[in-house]
Amino acid sequence: MSILVYVEQAAGKIKKTSLEAVSFAFALAQKTGEGSVVAIALGTIDSQELASVGEAGAAKVLHASDERLNAGVIQAHASAVAQAFQAVGASTLILAKSSLGDALAARLAIKLDAGLVSNVVELPRLEGGFVVKRSIYTGKAFADTTITTTKKILAIKKNAVDQKVDGAKAQVEAFAVSIAAADFASKITATERATGEVLLPEADIVVSGGRGMKGPENWGMIEELAHTLGAATGCSKPVSDIGWRPHHEHVGQTGVKVAPTLYIAVGISGAIQHLAGVNSSKCIVVINKDPEAPFFKAADYGIVGDAFEVVPQLTAALKAAQ
Amino acid sequence: MKILVCITHVPDTTSKIQFTANNTKFDPTGVQFIIGPYDDYALARAVELRDQTGGTLTALNVGEAETEPTLRKALAIGADDAIRVNSFPKDSFFVAKQIAQVAKDGGYDLILMGRESIDFNGGMVHGMVGELLGMPSFSPVMKLDLEGTTVKMAREIEGGKEQLEAQLPLIAGCQEPIAEWKIPNMRGIMSARTKPLLVVEPTSQETQAEASSFQLPPAKGSVKLVDKDQVSELVRLLKNEAKVL
Repeated sequence: MSILVYVEQAAGKIKKTSLEAVSFAFALAQKTGEGSVVAIALGTIDSQELASVGEAGAAKVLHASDERLNAGVIQAHASAVAQAFQAVGASTLILAKSSLGDALAARLAIKLDAGLVSNVVELPRLEGGFVVKRSIYTGKAFADTTITTTKKILAIKKNAVDQKVDGAKAQVEAFAVSIAAADFASKITATERATGEVLLPEADIVVSGGRGMKGPENWGMIEELAHTLGAATGCSKPVSDIGWRPHHEHVGQTGVKVAPTLYIAVGISGAIQHLAGVNSSKCIVVINKDPEAPFFKAADYGIVGDAFEVVPQLTAALKAAQ
Repeated sequence: MKILVCITHVPDTTSKIQFTANNTKFDPTGVQFIIGPYDDYALARAVELRDQTGGTLTALNVGEAETEPTLRKALAIGADDAIRVNSFPKDSFFVAKQIAQVAKDGGYDLILMGRESIDFNGGMVHGMVGELLGMPSFSPVMKLDLEGTTVKMAREIEGGKEQLEAQLPLIAGCQEPIAEWKIPNMRGIMSARTKPLLVVEPTSQETQAEASSFQLPPAKGSVKLVDKDQVSELVRLLKNEAKVL
């Protein structure tokens, strides 16, 4: 038996979160004593990029290069991954949580008759069943969940394991899929994606601004700080509601939930709904002029001070330290 | 046009989460239950589409009797009738099976729900129902318009969105800004009392991944404050103490 990992691509590049999923599968295979880790990649990706999946722990990469799969057409991707799962004779499918990953996981759970757990935060425990720890109540709690089916699907959260980088090159094998025309019936007519920036849901460092920034014209200093750190930019709900920043930057309970190594909040008071979106961060820094801002209670480090003075100084100090 | 909107009955977003019975049960003490915020967006858009097409709108919940006030609120906001599948929602698979059965019996053209519940956050039910019914499913959908039987949608992806076109029937998991939340008015609240609310028993008891015990995250230590005139000290701490740079 082996473990299959769906690796997602964006513009020909395998996503970092998918490489984490490969490393998760590798660690799981070692724990269960199962055979090797096989990855399935869809659409146009060059062979060097595919082979690099091996470094994260996959022995083999199946590649269905059908260019209709370049776009994330949910049903078509689900059919392709199901075929790979059968062909490999896999026991378990691992994938990284994402807009596409979540959609696939759900359909595949039914297609494969596999028990599915999402928001997985660490490797399963194998004593007394297959017990998976997942984040619930938007990060306010965790649940141990026992999967009772033979086949299993785990959709993992960012930072569930450290990504391995010491593996070998993977063997890349062409994989022929046969996908019904009906699976392509839904059409993606346009894709708008921020380019050249670090994407918020996948970022290791996030810098967010709130209403304390006073207006969209002041976002330059947030962006400069983010740029210096190689970070993504985010914002609070009020900021995206009044249109200072686009909706896909809204971090919180009803927006993007992030799990970076470092989260820096500038001029955000820290409403419980915002905290729900950031409570999986490893380290939180809060900059706010109000010492009573509730965010300080959830922070590891804080500076009480005017963002307009502190942020440029922080950027300068980071540049000096580089 | 027959629209089905699926509603979760979940703790208010400001709730303090606690567990009882040796961490095996959610503790509802002092918790106010609401329509899931994402479901509220789905419901609001469903009401608009029902009004636009002159169809019918049914609200559905899988839950025990305690969820009825939440379903009544959906009726007050504008659903024409409601169905409650009388069981605790044991896992995503269990809930998806119940929804699929109701949908099959009712022959709905459009099934809307929130992108995820805010208790278990799985975001899996819409996709499972789609596969069970052989219908396309999309999530998270932030715009949904009807043009005859063609549905034009925008779906959020990492760092942006994609525009989609698909044919009815289909399922969508919704999020803002698909519609503005609707607040029930007095007439809605009065009429909700007499609108039909049908209670049916679950048709399958099958589960695949039930939660068995719960934990709260470890308590956060207190914040370390750095003087605003010593910003470089923060950089040093992040580098050498937290080791995140």
